[in-house]
Amino acid sequence: MKEMTLEAKIENIPRVTAFIDEQLEALDCPMKAQMQIDVAIDELFGNISHYAYAPGSGEATVGFDFDETARTVSVVFSDRGIPFDPLGRSDPDVNAPAQERDIGGLGIFLVKKTMDSLEYRFENGKNVLTIKKKI
Amino acid sequence: MNISKKQNGTSLEIAVEGRLDTTTAPELEEELSKSMPGAQSLILDFANLAYISSAGLRVLLAAHKAMAPKGGMKVIHVNEIVQEVFDVTGFVDILDIE
Repeated sequence: MKEMTLEAKIENIPRVTAFIDEQLEALDCPMKAQMQIDVAIDELFGNISHYAYAPGSGEATVGFDFDETARTVSVVFSDRGIPFDPLGRSDPDVNAPAQERDIGGLGIFLVKKTMDSLEYRFENGKNVLTIKKKI
Repeated sequence: MNISKKQNGTSLEIAVEGRLDTTTAPELEEELSKSMPGAQSLILDFANLAYISSAGLRVLLAAHKAMAPKGGMKVIHVNEIVQEVFDVTGFVDILDIE
């Protein structure tokens, strides 16, 4: 697995995206899947940046793996911040009218809908979130 | 992300190019908060928008609400990836997409 460790802050999202895009481009990943994975990075690394170490700061690691047989990409986000299971919350009401719309939870919901799988575990003091997408 | 705007009388058209995400959404939000008060209607041209994340959706929702009592907001030239985000999140029922 290729990995990158960096400070969890939103200014670093473009660095993570560039790192993953480089791997995806080497695999001739279709543009649509790449954009969906980029959105997932924005949501997930963004969440870690905002909440994992709040109000302090800390590091996060982003790993990349590719299963050639299944043509499936895995991106793994881990941090040593506050234990938080993003899959634990209920899905937002996507039928609510504009005036009652709450944007909270929409990002993770979007990731669930566009990735093939999303898995969270807390191990060795770390939040580990894995997304998988067949390309 | 690049933002360009055209004003025709009280009609404002803003073209957003690139990626509308956590890092760039605040720029669009700032532009809109400056430009919207003087506009009766708003068109967002997404012809060259690669993708949108929930941070971008938040800005769109706020703009939609701000424009609703006036001439409204319309989103045009949406690509497949952005359309899918609107579909999945139910924004397709909120926004006026052309």
